[in-house]
Amino acid sequence: MKLELGKIKINDIKFADKTEVKDHVLYVNKEEVEKLVLEDDKLIGCHLEIAHPGESTRITPVKDVIEPRVKVSGGEIFPGVIGKVTPPVGTGRTHALDGMTVVTVGRIVGFQEGVIDMSGVAADYCPFSKTVNLCVVIEPAEGLETHVYEKAGRMAGLKVAAYLGETARNLEPDTLETYETKPIFEQAAEYPDLPKVGYIHMLQSQGLLHDTYYYGVDAKNFVPTFMYPTEIMDGAIVSGNCVAPCDKVTTYHHFHNPVIEDCYKHHGKDINFMGVILTNENVFLADKERHSDMVAKLAEYMGLDGVLITEEGYGNPDTDLMMNCKKVEQKGIKVVLITDEFPGKDGKSQSLADTCDEATALASCGQGNMTLQFPAMDKVIGTQDYIESQIGGWAGCVNPDGSFEAEIQIIIASTIANGFNKLAARGY
Amino acid sequence: MAKYKIVHYLNQFFAGIGGEEMADYKPELREGVVGPGGALAAALGPDYEIVATVICGDNYFGENLDEATDTIIEMVKKYEPDVFVAGPAFNAGRYGVACGTICKAVEERLGIPVLTAEYEENPGTDMFKKDVIIVKTGNSSADMKNAIPTMAKLIKKMATGEEILGPAVEGYHERGIRVNYFAEKRGSERGLEMLIKKMKGEPFETDLPMPKFDRVAPADPIKDIKHATIAVVTSGGVVPQGNPDHIESSNATKFGEYSIAGKDSMSPDEFTTIHGGYDRQFVMANPNLVVPLDVLRELEKAGEFGKLYDSFFTTTGTGTATGSAAKFGDAIGKKLKEDGVDGVILVST
Repeated sequence: MKLELGKIKINDIKFADKTEVKDHVLYVNKEEVEKLVLEDDKLIGCHLEIAHPGESTRITPVKDVIEPRVKVSGGEIFPGVIGKVTPPVGTGRTHALDGMTVVTVGRIVGFQEGVIDMSGVAADYCPFSKTVNLCVVIEPAEGLETHVYEKAGRMAGLKVAAYLGETARNLEPDTLETYETKPIFEQAAEYPDLPKVGYIHMLQSQGLLHDTYYYGVDAKNFVPTFMYPTEIMDGAIVSGNCVAPCDKVTTYHHFHNPVIEDCYKHHGKDINFMGVILTNENVFLADKERHSDMVAKLAEYMGLDGVLITEEGYGNPDTDLMMNCKKVEQKGIKVVLITDEFPGKDGKSQSLADTCDEATALASCGQGNMTLQFPAMDKVIGTQDYIESQIGGWAGCVNPDGSFEAEIQIIIASTIANGFNKLAARGY
Repeated sequence: MAKYKIVHYLNQFFAGIGGEEMADYKPELREGVVGPGGALAAALGPDYEIVATVICGDNYFGENLDEATDTIIEMVKKYEPDVFVAGPAFNAGRYGVACGTICKAVEERLGIPVLTAEYEENPGTDMFKKDVIIVKTGNSSADMKNAIPTMAKLIKKMATGEEILGPAVEGYHERGIRVNYFAEKRGSERGLEMLIKKMKGEPFETDLPMPKFDRVAPADPIKDIKHATIAVVTSGGVVPQGNPDHIESSNATKFGEYSIAGKDSMSPDEFTTIHGGYDRQFVMANPNLVVPLDVLRELEKAGEFGKLYDSFFTTTGTGTATGSAAKFGDAIGKKLKEDGVDGVILVST
């Protein structure tokens, strides 16, 4: 399966009468987008705002972050959710608006939605402090049940991203990247002397605000399966969750999965990248046992020599991480884990909720309990009303001027446990 | 006059008072430098002055822990030092434990930066490296010449407030404190490079050696359940409406105790949950799902067990540091034991 990914660099977003891209600027017809969002009668309000890197702007509570993309070779983006699932996903040509995102913002569903600061000290920890963000601020209908509200917010973001992606359909991309993974026997034969490497991708699937969708299927309802890595670049996986904001894998991050990108960079040089094993993080022990057994079985079946495993969330999913690690290693396959740490504010407690002897190699994505002083901002997109109860905040952490102290786990994707960032933790 | 004041702690041996036969020596305060303090003062230079030295016998300290600590704290306090230094203790076990104990106490009670120095196998190193910066030394005083300059460098940093770097750079025992930094490469790339080495059988270094967990053995079964008092403790974040004690929705720093006396059920009008790690909807509608008061009252009335304890204890389990959880557990356990509770139903979520 081969995918061409064309990227159109976007330097700015402006409101205009017509939605289009001209000279690396995305022009957006505000009314059209708001109308699109309000097609859903669960939402009674919608307005758009633009946030630029370096501005004194805070965005919160953030639900999801999405990059606009379009299938230009037939097929549709976000298959099974927005688009159709055929023709095949992850093949042909896809265009992306690079350097910008759609950010969905609105009253919290749980405590798990986070903060994006466009400048100041917290901006160093957030990937979306460096992109131009079109913020879709939504207002739910009165008394909306939380599960319904979560879905309405999720769909609003995906719809807007797909709508904006259309602007890239007939553009000439600034860069064109090609990714290819062959059917398993051909792929193994292509680089017979290189170690065969797979990626075990654990999707968050613990329940409300902790769900992920694969072709529209709720990840807690599937058993582990194989996936061509390029499928993810067409939106085969969308985020339906806000776990702790710091390790939320946004839909943007699924498009830009760093393990897949880096494995392709090394593909044919020092590894033979064989593909992805997709699994979940269900809360029932029977599921954990069955699915970790299956993950190990699939890794063996693919003839892998080594795997990277990433998780989403912390605490409960650490058990899935360790069960996967142990069982895959017991098949004689080398494992490296990538995850973040939660050792308490003083950094002195254990970083993980579970361990195993086989977990000898781990790449840290930083620890989420360190605290920062968040400065007051000139502008808040959304509301700061919930900071004290959002994950990472605490009662009394907000000052009257709007500045506050909080753990970095309140920042969207600050310690994302798939290795997207350079943040890491070490022993002192 | 020197800019910075230091108080130094030594045992009877290094103070030149005597060996094992003098190990019962009571705390004594001397103005100025004693024994290895001379070399330390020389290494620190003219901006620093060791204003006093506290001497205590190792056995006396070990056998009169609280009293010795209190006495020494009082001695240190009046000098208002900028840094408190103990040792180096090398591989002297009782001395090492004393250095760690007194350093930890001085830092906690007086808020003064502290430093000691010990050999890696000194029991004091394992006991106190999390709490106190302990400079690495060899296993005997022959290593004094190496230990002193390292200590002096760190004392200067502590006195001036200069940033203390990692253990490998500064020469102290790793404390097991996890500190963030921005690496040169992102996590996925570092992980892949580690995997390539691991597959080749080459040496690699993990970012996180697996922690050792504190496993608690289950208690013996209750002998007489018909007369037993049972309590409910939960990490499910169930609290009275309004969360009066402001328990956090993640990484809790406190727990609450709330009365259920005279109640037959957990009413959703009275209780909610503030847990940030699970789907709260069902528990907000029916808090009995986490604090099963309704069923427990039925069983209590049917005589299935003796009595339900009058309150429940609660905190948020998600993201809560194991250090905090251990403190909560000790405090809750102590209270329940004092109140004669025989068994606890621990509800996780």
